[in-house]
Amino acid sequence: MIDEIFALIMREVKKWVREPFLILMMIIQPTLWLGLFGKAFNLSGLISIPPEIIKELPPDKTHIISDLFNRILQNTFGGTTDYFTYISAGMLSIVILFTSMFSGMSIVWDRRFGFLNKLLVAPISRCSIIIAKVSFSVLRGIVQALLVFSIALAFGLKLTHNFNLINLLGILTTLLLLSIGLSSLFIAITIRIKSWEAHAAVVNLLNLPLMFASSALFPIKQMPSWLQMIAKFNPISYASDNIRIFILSNEFNMQILLHNFEFLIIFALTFSIVGILVAERMLKFD
Amino acid sequence: MASIIQTYDLTKRFGKLIAVDHVNFSVNEGEIFGLLGPNGAGKTTTINMLTTLLKPTDGTASILGYDIVKDESMVRRVIGLVPQDLTVDEDLTGRENLMLHARLYHLDKDVAKKRINEVLSLVNLLEFADKKVETYSGGMRKRLELAEGLIHYPKILFLDEPTLGLDVQTRAVIWDYIKQLRKDHHMTIFLTTHYMDEADTLCDRIAIIDYGRIKVIDSPSNLKDSLGGDIIELDLINGINTNMESAFLTIPQVKEVKKEGNHYRIKVMKGEEVLPIIVKRVVERDLRISRVSLIKPTLDQVYLEYTGRLLREIEGSSEDVWRMRRILKRIRA
Repeated sequence: MIDEIFALIMREVKKWVREPFLILMMIIQPTLWLGLFGKAFNLSGLISIPPEIIKELPPDKTHIISDLFNRILQNTFGGTTDYFTYISAGMLSIVILFTSMFSGMSIVWDRRFGFLNKLLVAPISRCSIIIAKVSFSVLRGIVQALLVFSIALAFGLKLTHNFNLINLLGILTTLLLLSIGLSSLFIAITIRIKSWEAHAAVVNLLNLPLMFASSALFPIKQMPSWLQMIAKFNPISYASDNIRIFILSNEFNMQILLHNFEFLIIFALTFSIVGILVAERMLKFD
Repeated sequence: MASIIQTYDLTKRFGKLIAVDHVNFSVNEGEIFGLLGPNGAGKTTTINMLTTLLKPTDGTASILGYDIVKDESMVRRVIGLVPQDLTVDEDLTGRENLMLHARLYHLDKDVAKKRINEVLSLVNLLEFADKKVETYSGGMRKRLELAEGLIHYPKILFLDEPTLGLDVQTRAVIWDYIKQLRKDHHMTIFLTTHYMDEADTLCDRIAIIDYGRIKVIDSPSNLKDSLGGDIIELDLINGINTNMESAFLTIPQVKEVKKEGNHYRIKVMKGEEVLPIIVKRVVERDLRISRVSLIKPTLDQVYLEYTGRLLREIEGSSEDVWRMRRILKRIRA
């Protein structure tokens, strides 16, 4: 079974690395988000004190006031005053969301071109087909997220000064868990869909709320309470928060970390098991 | 000869539509068996049930003694399928496509390498093996598809419309491969087709299927003979008033004569032998022939006889037309 899963993953890997253009396109989009959105929205500029007011203030007080503003910002934006750094952490989760969406798409294509039928006639477990799809999606998502991470670094993502292996492993684990859950979810949703038009419609419907009702782009605290409710059940919030913690410090608040990981592990486990079972049942011909 | 495929009232319903209606047939070992019928007659549905892609609504079939519903994983091990669509992966090379399938059939790596070269040389693709399938022509893709179906040397090979949309030369080449497979590997081949010539040149026996029901099963030559022989058409220049009917009917091989003015349509056995006798009878009466033709029965006529329709007159459903267009597009791309 391992052998057949591996063979199927290798097929996808070969297809993937032979399309450098596609890889580029998949990275350009989040990079544009980072550049256009992350750089345009200058937080500290937003509430800086105009020079005429500074003149009126006693010099020793300006220091206290700017310190106060920074604290307010840090408190709202999870420990950073730099929106680019804030959104970069969220964008890694968004990259995972995008690649997971595409994993569902590739099943639609395989069905459409009859390749899926060939797999179904072969003496392999139907779970292998799904597991291979999920695994490849996870692999691709993490590689692309790491590429976006290095681009963000080059463009001014501010890491904690003692960023080390534990921070990196924390980020990778978070991406892995999110990716397993989301890929399984999207594959289970699209397994019976026969046209890519229908697939695009369904996926776009899920895409926007998952992306915006989360802490990936904006802090949850600033959202109206009904939106907060959604964001609090959104795995992308937990993943974004977690990645942000690992980017910004290495003196971790274990309680928050554990809570985030707990949610992500339950999410990944539930959706991969349910997803694979549903997909395996649905993987029929007619 | 032992029967290797046996169906028992095999039936498939899609909602109200009965695609395959209590079909019973058996295929012998080493035979090339063809399922002939128009688009939408239930051919692909039948093949999909036999290859475990579809569950029958009713009835079942056994393949090498394995039940297609209960022992599907055993069935999958002994069969190979070459589907109607081109399903080889365009982004991989020919060899990579085959390697993927070899691994899905759990072939040992060394065995797989050897097999891949064997099947590639069988379909004459060795020199293109390491080129991306993207660069292949439609015929080459179909040959690669055939090679894929053979990679594990199945006992039974299922071919769904093996030459759909291919040009005349490529079709002849594919037919040769199929015949060779049977000869060299004693493989049993089950194919569906809506081409009369394909059924005629390739199949040992054919089953004519229409509206999901099998109309008749026999060898192409027996089916043609069952039509009652050949037809001689005769036009005379003079002699509208002379009736030749009784004169023709005295010839023992003549079975039926129809006269319309000075045009005769005569049903005979062994047309080649009877034709000179008929000409002689006409000349004896001092009549002159302006035109004569001998029509041998074709499977087309057999088809007409059993279904009441000409195969080429039957239009496919829009789904079929769409599918056909898609295949043609990919072949031409």
